[in-house]
Amino acid sequence: MDLEKFSALAIAENIKNGAITAVDAAKACLDRIEQTDPQIGAWLTVDRGAVLESAQDVQNRIEELLSRGQPLPALAGVPVGIKDNICTEGVKTTCASRILSNFVPPYSATVVKKLEDNLMVPLGKLNMDEFAMGSSTEHSAFQKTYNPWDLGRVPGGSSGGSAAAVASRQAPLALGSDTGGSIRQPSAFCGVTGLKPTYGTVSRYGLVAFGSSLDQIGPIAQSAADCAALFDAIKGHDKNDSTSYDRAYASVLSETDDFRPRTIGIPVQYTGEGIAPEITKAVEDAAAQFGIMGCKIVELSIPELEYSLPAYYIISSAEASSNLSRFDGIRYGYRTEHIDSLDDLYTRTRSEGFGPEVKRRIMLGAYALCAGYYDEYYNKALKARALLKQGFARAFTEADMLLSPTTPTPAFRFGEKADAISMYKADICTVSVNIAGLPALSFPGGFSSDGMPMGLQLVGPEFSEGLLLSCAHAFQKKTDYHLRAPSGRGDQSA
Amino acid sequence: MPDNYDIVIGLEVHAELNTHTKVFCACKNEFGTQSNQNTCPVCLGLPGTLPVLNEEAVRKCIMAGLATGCTIADTAMMDRKNYFYPDLPKAYQISQLYKPLCENGAVEFDYTASDGEKKHGRVRILRIHLEEDAGKSLHDAWGKSTLLDFNRCGVPLIEIVTHPDITCPEEAGAFVDALRSILKFAGVSDCKMQEGSLRADVNLSVKPAGSGKLGTRTEMKNLNSIRAIVRAAESEARRQIEELSRGNRVVQETRRWDDAKGKSLRMRSKEEANDYRYFPDPDLLPIHVSADMLEDIRQSLPELPQAKRARYMAEYGLPEYDASILTSDPEISGFFEETLKHTANIKSVSNFIMVDMLRILKERETEFSAVPFPPEHLAQLIGSVDGGIVNISTAKGVVLEAMFDGAGSPGEIIDKKGLKQMGDESEILKFVKEVLAENPGPVQQYLAGKEQVAGFLVGQVMKKTQGKAKPDAAMRLLKEEMRK
Repeated sequence: MDLEKFSALAIAENIKNGAITAVDAAKACLDRIEQTDPQIGAWLTVDRGAVLESAQDVQNRIEELLSRGQPLPALAGVPVGIKDNICTEGVKTTCASRILSNFVPPYSATVVKKLEDNLMVPLGKLNMDEFAMGSSTEHSAFQKTYNPWDLGRVPGGSSGGSAAAVASRQAPLALGSDTGGSIRQPSAFCGVTGLKPTYGTVSRYGLVAFGSSLDQIGPIAQSAADCAALFDAIKGHDKNDSTSYDRAYASVLSETDDFRPRTIGIPVQYTGEGIAPEITKAVEDAAAQFGIMGCKIVELSIPELEYSLPAYYIISSAEASSNLSRFDGIRYGYRTEHIDSLDDLYTRTRSEGFGPEVKRRIMLGAYALCAGYYDEYYNKALKARALLKQGFARAFTEADMLLSPTTPTPAFRFGEKADAISMYKADICTVSVNIAGLPALSFPGGFSSDGMPMGLQLVGPEFSEGLLLSCAHAFQKKTDYHLRAPSGRGDQSA
Repeated sequence: MPDNYDIVIGLEVHAELNTHTKVFCACKNEFGTQSNQNTCPVCLGLPGTLPVLNEEAVRKCIMAGLATGCTIADTAMMDRKNYFYPDLPKAYQISQLYKPLCENGAVEFDYTASDGEKKHGRVRILRIHLEEDAGKSLHDAWGKSTLLDFNRCGVPLIEIVTHPDITCPEEAGAFVDALRSILKFAGVSDCKMQEGSLRADVNLSVKPAGSGKLGTRTEMKNLNSIRAIVRAAESEARRQIEELSRGNRVVQETRRWDDAKGKSLRMRSKEEANDYRYFPDPDLLPIHVSADMLEDIRQSLPELPQAKRARYMAEYGLPEYDASILTSDPEISGFFEETLKHTANIKSVSNFIMVDMLRILKERETEFSAVPFPPEHLAQLIGSVDGGIVNISTAKGVVLEAMFDGAGSPGEIIDKKGLKQMGDESEILKFVKEVLAENPGPVQQYLAGKEQVAGFLVGQVMKKTQGKAKPDAAMRLLKEEMRK
């Protein structure tokens, strides 16, 4: 089976009608991973035997359900990759960090259980920036991941492994996590579709925390429709996560075909200076396309957006400094070999176990929370957060959703953003969404002159995933950017 | 203690709440289980886990607040207190700094100062907040290693912080005793100090008598008995006064009390203190206490010791001393009130409980919760005495002891041991005649006018009948026989 021709929903359809089995689908992915991953480097853990075994189990259950005339979940039998900061019982979960290089969780994240409940087949664990801190996956302690469109460029991050795996058609679907853009930015860099859901719609239980008030797990796929199906599978209230919303969730997949012309706002803060002209052009082209489809395009301004980058780095680093304190070498994970005292055990374990970017954020966050600086930094960032939410709320009185670039430029080259600040600035279009807890989608909006994919972002009010996905789906019916695969790159057989 | 100095004491009392489960997970909250038995990924702080707040813990914290006259917040928050220690698996304790559940209460009590003077104490409560306990480090339990037991990790605690209103060590002890009684009656904590479910930190400073300016304070950590609190405060006050009278300064520091040696040692100075980097825990939503919820908790609050004491005096006519002993512990007052449902002899129930039952418990070195028989049995025993079936000393002695041994109901014990008083006077008369025949001397004395000898003779009858004769009947028969 040639997976490149199949969306996740098409695979599910073929399994349902008996053309292929879940084992065939898993095998095709495993073969492609074996074939292409030496070039791509998307995967940290793949256990072929275990995957085929669970695929066989899933196939048996599918056949049992079919024989009893019972309905199958929308993605039954479809393989899925999992970012390595999501806990999988009995399977190493490292967060791409030396400090968790040997950590095998005794429990599975709620989303992983939901994948299993939906009869999906986990393929393995995907590379990322250490503890999801970074925008290039260069901060993985274990390996680089290469952009399937140009092996000289980064795949983005922190869910770089997830986006690269979907882009190189190693997996039809992957889970990522997004704290400041970590699903959307790599999706944009790799030419795939990624959804950062409303904060609180997908359980965080089992997601190793980075910035607890910002983190959300979400789907990465080839198309908006596939994203909708995976989002449907993982969303919902979880009693183990107090921040998950207890509300009725409608099927988003069934909404994706329900496109109606809407008012789309373009924030002036995300146009012009600092945005590559080709990207600005892609936004304009998309706006024109939406216009043809009957949407009304309006320009609007959210001046509060200027606070988003500093507020984001204070809040996310402060929370991270506390969240990552538990990695102390006492109970699990890496422990230094040279210990003279308890303080020594902590200092050496953490100095040796964490990479430079993680240490930078821990120090930044600890500083922002210090007695005496708390009001000046953390409290002020919370005030900026409140203002930003108001700014978005005002914008949503003028437009149903917002259109912007996902990133100011297409994927950059390895080592190109050597200093932290220029790397942080690349998050300018994405972080505000996390601070406000809103849903946002990145989808392919064209290609640069040198052949790199360019991502566009739709942002909506809370719980508007269905709206965003239906618009992107309608766009994808009129365009073929999302169907183009990086053949010939990272794929020696093609 | 020299009287040219004033002592100023504030306390931070930690009490473990007696909830069924831990504060952020479904693990059982119980003492004495095998190490690390009551643990799960959440209370072990494994990567990816999240806390879910136990509503019972919130309700019990609010009950403690209501029982001490606090104002209850309509919105409270949980905060993280960050510090590294091996028995703190998340490297932060979830606590409350910015918006605690309860604020501005007070506890009133009577106590005896060191000079014997009776005093009334009133200590204002600054705040009561909810937090989680840490695990236990067992040093040197196994070679040179430190072992960790996380059973206690995540057990809900309340921290009760007082204003510096306490003026002497005795008052500090009396306050903790009064607080313990309130928390026990409110049903929120077992307050077993020997199991560490109630612990106190003592903040103490001294200043020249009458001065309006507070001195530099020190903090003594983790005192786990009232005696230790009083002794530590005495010792620290003396140490600070000595420093000042020698012209030295008191250094702001944390000290550790060594109860065995009877002195405290410096742990760390102010400069070495942790910066806990408190911030609101993003994993937990703000706690909203609705008016309905608050009213519901208020309604469920049991009668507190002070009110109960007053009621015992007014309703049952008990002396203050008796009432205060009966209301010193909810187990005692509960037993007392339950017994009264089965007998009208209030005075006798009170005496049996506060004198005889407490004596036997003390001899057996056990607590009231260990009483093996139901209150009905005490009522039956009192009924047996009042009905003349058994005499009072037999009841308080042999029968009560047997009840503590679990020998059955008073009726069964009296039957089995043959302790029933003789109702038939002809039977008593038989023993009276024997006694008179065996004691001609005393009989002569009685007849010569020495009437008090009759008491001795009654004693002899009681002895012969193993206490089963009714003493008044024996007396009457003796006198009749001797006059014959």
